Amino acid sequence: MTATATTPRTHRHGDEPLLSVRDLRVTFTRQGEEPFTAVDGVSFDVRPGQTVGLVGESGCGKSVTSLAIMGLLPTRGNRVEGTATFDGTDLLRLSGSDMRDRRGRDIAMIFQDPLSSLNPVVPVGRQVTEVLERHRGMSRKAATPLARDLLQRVGIPDPDRRLKDYPHQMSGGMRQRALIAMALACAPRLLIADEPTTALDVTIQAQILSLLKELVQDTGTALVMITHDLGVVAGLCDEVNVLYGGRIVERGERHELFAEPRHPYTNGLLASIPRLDSERAPLTPIPGSVSDNLPWTSACAFAPRCSQPVEVCTRQTPALEESAGRALRCFNPVEVTR
Amino acid sequence: MARFIIRRLLQMVGVVFVLSLLLFFWLRSLPGGTVSAILGERATPETRAALTKALGLDQPIWVQYGKFLGRAVRGDFGASTKVLPGADAFDIFLTRFPATVELSFFALLIAVVLAIPLGYLSARRANSPLDSGLVIVSLVGVAVPVFFLAFLLKYQLAVEHNVFPVSGRQDNLNCTRVTNFFVLDGLLTRELDCSVSALKHLVLPSVALATIPFAVIYRITRASVLEVLGEDYVRTAESKGLTARVIRGRHVLRNALLPVVTTIGLQTGGLLAGAVLTEKVFNWGGIGNALADAFQFRDYSVLQVLILAAAGIYVIINLLVDISYAVIDPRVRTR
Repeated sequence: MTATATTPRTHRHGDEPLLSVRDLRVTFTRQGEEPFTAVDGVSFDVRPGQTVGLVGESGCGKSVTSLAIMGLLPTRGNRVEGTATFDGTDLLRLSGSDMRDRRGRDIAMIFQDPLSSLNPVVPVGRQVTEVLERHRGMSRKAATPLARDLLQRVGIPDPDRRLKDYPHQMSGGMRQRALIAMALACAPRLLIADEPTTALDVTIQAQILSLLKELVQDTGTALVMITHDLGVVAGLCDEVNVLYGGRIVERGERHELFAEPRHPYTNGLLASIPRLDSERAPLTPIPGSVSDNLPWTSACAFAPRCSQPVEVCTRQTPALEESAGRALRCFNPVEVTR
Repeated sequence: MARFIIRRLLQMVGVVFVLSLLLFFWLRSLPGGTVSAILGERATPETRAALTKALGLDQPIWVQYGKFLGRAVRGDFGASTKVLPGADAFDIFLTRFPATVELSFFALLIAVVLAIPLGYLSARRANSPLDSGLVIVSLVGVAVPVFFLAFLLKYQLAVEHNVFPVSGRQDNLNCTRVTNFFVLDGLLTRELDCSVSALKHLVLPSVALATIPFAVIYRITRASVLEVLGEDYVRTAESKGLTARVIRGRHVLRNALLPVVTTIGLQTGGLLAGAVLTEKVFNWGGIGNALADAFQFRDYSVLQVLILAAAGIYVIINLLVDISYAVIDPRVRTR
């Protein structure tokens, strides 16, 4: 292993984590089926004002992680273990009604598909005011001007008229802005965005990302960004966690991770980003799919798809080793060339 | 919205007109006839001819229809020939029809009030013992013939155990008649005992009549709520920490009720048909017996007015369904 070139770990933000996830494990138990562990011992911290990325392809457990933290997994058919400490309270141990009080007030979430995530038969303004009514104890009338301001703040033109609009009367980008307005209504301290730009076209994606960036900077809200798109991570995140098969395989500060990916999976993800500024070779995809995974219990799950596996990869479980602000779970990491 | 309703009302007039045309020719193309029904098989050709002429049945059918239509728009549907000989068909409608509508209304009320909450509960606890039990009950509800259930209820709760009255619409209380909706009349004239008596008489027949619509509406509600519970916007509502009450009403039921409303509209048609059978068992003074008799004796005037009225009700209910659709779903409104 080559020594990693690192800069001393500095935090622009307070050192006390706002959210501290430890050993989160989510197992889906269905009658007559083998239990399936979607999230397998995930730990990470989010500090106030920090933006943390959870990156990985479909099925790596990133969305399940966020739903578990929010307490939004179905009540039956799954087991959630570990802790998610938010401001000194373990969210995973809270009663249903205590969690309900925090959701939308302290922690809010933005979802992937803005059309299906909005109620089609309720005006958008009402879907904003209902959060204020619930958590601020406001009347609908008192909440309406606030909702108007929120719509304006997320860049929706003519907010007075838009309050009365239904989701189907808005464009995709505007719907996502409306969802962001709902999430920000009570000025939450933590925002979880689950693939907020996936359903949008590219120009709108950029707008939404810069809006999120701006809002996070203005309000000091901590942000957990869940995405499969490293381009999103590059523009937004302070720290990046790369997930594979329900486990974190690499973690690092954004610039370091992009400059020197150590895990072959991270490396593969970076190599598979299309580049417009280069005339080089065509895209390099990662071969295989998540269905080729080995069980983590006795191997590295990524080994069958890895570009540089060694013999030990199929016999032993690699541990997540931390050093100097980076973490890596690999027997044969990518050489640092620079 | 107003334009939408006006357009639909005009369409409704068209539907009833076309139906009157079909009905008129269809009834007269049936074998047998009014004259035979009144005079019997052994009447002389002379008396038959005389009666045919007196009833205007010797004229070309187009002329007959024209006369019928001309009178009908003025509210004159002709006289009954056999059901209540000589009585005005429209008067028969006015006394009989409210009875059937009252019965159907209460049956539908029972069905809807039970089916929607239970359907919601079933979906919320899908595959629980409660859910399985309700599904079985609803299956039985659809499977048992209405008249059989009506008879069973009558025998058990009226004949064997004197809980409810055996038959009829009201005890003999000398009640004032206003609309011939007996419960309503009692309220209008402040003869509350009349309303109470009418309600008591309504219980068994409306329960019997409610079973099928209950079962159907329950199943549709359950399926619809199950589907909506899996929608992303319900998860969004949960992520906002909204109370269970708000999520249930504003986010789940409002969306889930769309197919339910359509079903309720469709069920009213079946309800009128089922009412005919139930009325027979409980000797209900509705259109059931009148329709059967009028059909048997080719009492055209009575048949025409009753069938057209039933069709009118059906069309009106479907208009109400469309309006409530537009009220619930903004996407329908903008179209």
